[in-house]
Amino acid sequence: MSETVRNTALFATVGLLIVLTGFLQSWNSALLILNMGLVSAIMALGVNLQWGFAGLFNIGVMGFVALGGLAAVLVSMPPTTEAWAVGGAGILTAMALGAATIVAAVLLMKRMKPGKLRGLAVLAVIVIGFFVYRAILDPAVEQIEKVSPAATGYLGGLGLPVILAWPIGGALAAGAAWLIGKTALGLRSDYLAIATLGIAEIIIAVLKNEDWLTRGVKNVVGIPRPVPYEIDLQNDPAFVERATGIGMDPVTASTIYVKLEYAALFLAVLLMLLWMAQMALKSPWGRMMRAIRDNETAAEAMGKDVTARHLQVFVLGSAICGIAGAMMTTLDGQLTPGTYQPLRFTFLIWVMVIVGGSGNNFGAVLGAMLIWFLWVQVEPIGIFVLEVITSGMSDGALKSHLLDSAAHMRLLTMGVVLLLVLRFSPRGLIPER
Amino acid sequence: MELLNAIVALSNFVLVPAISYGSQLALGALGVTLIYGILRFSNFAHGDTMAFGAMVTILVTWWMQSVGIGFGPLPTALLALPFGILGCIALVLLTDRMVYRFYREQKAKPVILVIVSMGVMFIMNGLVRFIIGPDDQNFADGTRFIVSARDFKEMTGLDEGLAIKTTQGITVVTAFVVVMLLFWFLNRTRTGKSMRAYSDNEDLALLSGINPERVVVYTWLIVATLATVAGVLYGLDKSFKPFTYFQLLLPIFASAIVGGLGSPLGAIAGGFIIAFSEVTITYAWKKVITYVVPERFEPDSLVQLLGTDYKLAVSFVILIIVLLFRPTGIFKGKAL
Repeated sequence: MSETVRNTALFATVGLLIVLTGFLQSWNSALLILNMGLVSAIMALGVNLQWGFAGLFNIGVMGFVALGGLAAVLVSMPPTTEAWAVGGAGILTAMALGAATIVAAVLLMKRMKPGKLRGLAVLAVIVIGFFVYRAILDPAVEQIEKVSPAATGYLGGLGLPVILAWPIGGALAAGAAWLIGKTALGLRSDYLAIATLGIAEIIIAVLKNEDWLTRGVKNVVGIPRPVPYEIDLQNDPAFVERATGIGMDPVTASTIYVKLEYAALFLAVLLMLLWMAQMALKSPWGRMMRAIRDNETAAEAMGKDVTARHLQVFVLGSAICGIAGAMMTTLDGQLTPGTYQPLRFTFLIWVMVIVGGSGNNFGAVLGAMLIWFLWVQVEPIGIFVLEVITSGMSDGALKSHLLDSAAHMRLLTMGVVLLLVLRFSPRGLIPER
Repeated sequence: MELLNAIVALSNFVLVPAISYGSQLALGALGVTLIYGILRFSNFAHGDTMAFGAMVTILVTWWMQSVGIGFGPLPTALLALPFGILGCIALVLLTDRMVYRFYREQKAKPVILVIVSMGVMFIMNGLVRFIIGPDDQNFADGTRFIVSARDFKEMTGLDEGLAIKTTQGITVVTAFVVVMLLFWFLNRTRTGKSMRAYSDNEDLALLSGINPERVVVYTWLIVATLATVAGVLYGLDKSFKPFTYFQLLLPIFASAIVGGLGSPLGAIAGGFIIAFSEVTITYAWKKVITYVVPERFEPDSLVQLLGTDYKLAVSFVILIIVLLFRPTGIFKGKAL
């Protein structure tokens, strides 16, 4: 069986699984799986760029995804004019001062001669800068959070179309990746892992606690959509007529129509990024990346700037994760900082890339769709299996405990899948060519 | 008097909590650093290993409580601890047989082992949630305080109270005993010496007839013990919730790296450095400062540098500073 046939068959199988969900459960859940699968595929492309192309071990995917989500809020929500009036200036000044402090500290570090004096000077700049920053920021934050806390209590966004948030989310994530890459790249691979793990947790902590920016755990809901609302469609006589014309209930038809539009948008982005990733892989740049991955010393001896190339690919991959994060928040229509879990947003993406085939873009996409399908479906399957197992048992604590625990089968299954693939097919479903 | 009050307040809110938290981190970091030194990879499943050991201990504790076995003023969990350790040892040895050994024989790259440990993390996390559920579990019993704030005030006549929880006392004593035993083992026994030799130079150790599989098994035994003790102490002191154990991974790794990966002494120093920084930076200093400075300089705000929600950020910043200026850690681990 040739490679093309095999790969097409694999993709067809995943497609069939989703179609089967449509027939057996409902088309709405099938499309939900498809949409999140497409978003996951984009995240997997980003991780594949870092791991598959360059061998960089980034386990802070969650943080970059969350930054994308933040971009969706900052770009598309209407600005809270009152909050801007009372605290906008304070926030902006504080941010500028904070940035100035860091720049000053870095400059001192670079310009002054090494020694005790330099250490003291840098420390003094940072400490004084921090207190001034807090002195300006805190009152402004207090004012902003007082502005009708139940409805807003934050600065809001720019009120622009939400699609714009996708590239901007990518840019935000790229900025964060540049900062972290500058410090942690060039050290051992485990250190990059720990550093990215840490930055992701910190980004989530900021989103959860800085209410003036994101409303924290109060969540931002009702992010504007790039597609029509179901209720508008249901009130549109032309749409109702068409729906009834093909024998569908207008309410169901409207929900499916909206999801299909999302799917089309996401598919367009995915195809574009996939095309770009393929071109990059085939280009001299892609070959250089793989050469660096396979033997850093040899590549360096050939005159390649390994750290700079690593930084480049790390920023690019993180930007893709940011784009996917903005798309996901758009799909959800809300930013809920409390729901970002590393197991779901970092490690699951890794399972997708490894199962699909690291180093192969199509593999990453396939792995993402397949693993996402499993992630959603393992829970009902687990409940079913446990019901079968416990059907013979008498009612009691053990039986109810087993049934309640079915929800945790997901993590177990993902771990087993990952270990099995690593052991028996370490190159994944679609291996690197 | 004012100064005494300040010292008592400082001990109560900063020193005592930081010392007990530091001991817990040090025990965790010792496990990470041993795995790194001997098996040569960063074990991401360590947080969940701790959770698993603690979970077995909790289940045994509950059973003991239900049949009426107690430990007087001390928590019953201490009696159950050996069972937890045995359970944890069984789990890690099984994992090593079924998962890690294959990659060791292949001489796989360390980063592959890290990814493998990620898979193990998923499974252990799933197991713990499957067995005990994702919620908070309380299993502490016995006397709550060694010294309660009220007794202390009556005893000394100061305005400030000093409370030392039983769990904090137990944490420090247990950690001390465990660390002493570990160092005695590593420095004085034949097996311990062979472990250090293996960690220093694998080839030389093999040439001098050290059996690598034996070293690996002993490492896992020690790591499982350390992880369970750390997990149970943390659970007694705070509370047991599977997810918080996963989150401990960052401060634990920060401790190990700050001290120098692969260096046991460094892991202990790192644990205390991280714990003290976290507590001092997230503590609201108003009370202590009010006692020390003259009245007109009294601060209006809480004088809290960062909210407690950002305590992860503290370990992270220290980690970054160490990585930038001294990537091998304070005690020159084997990194880079």
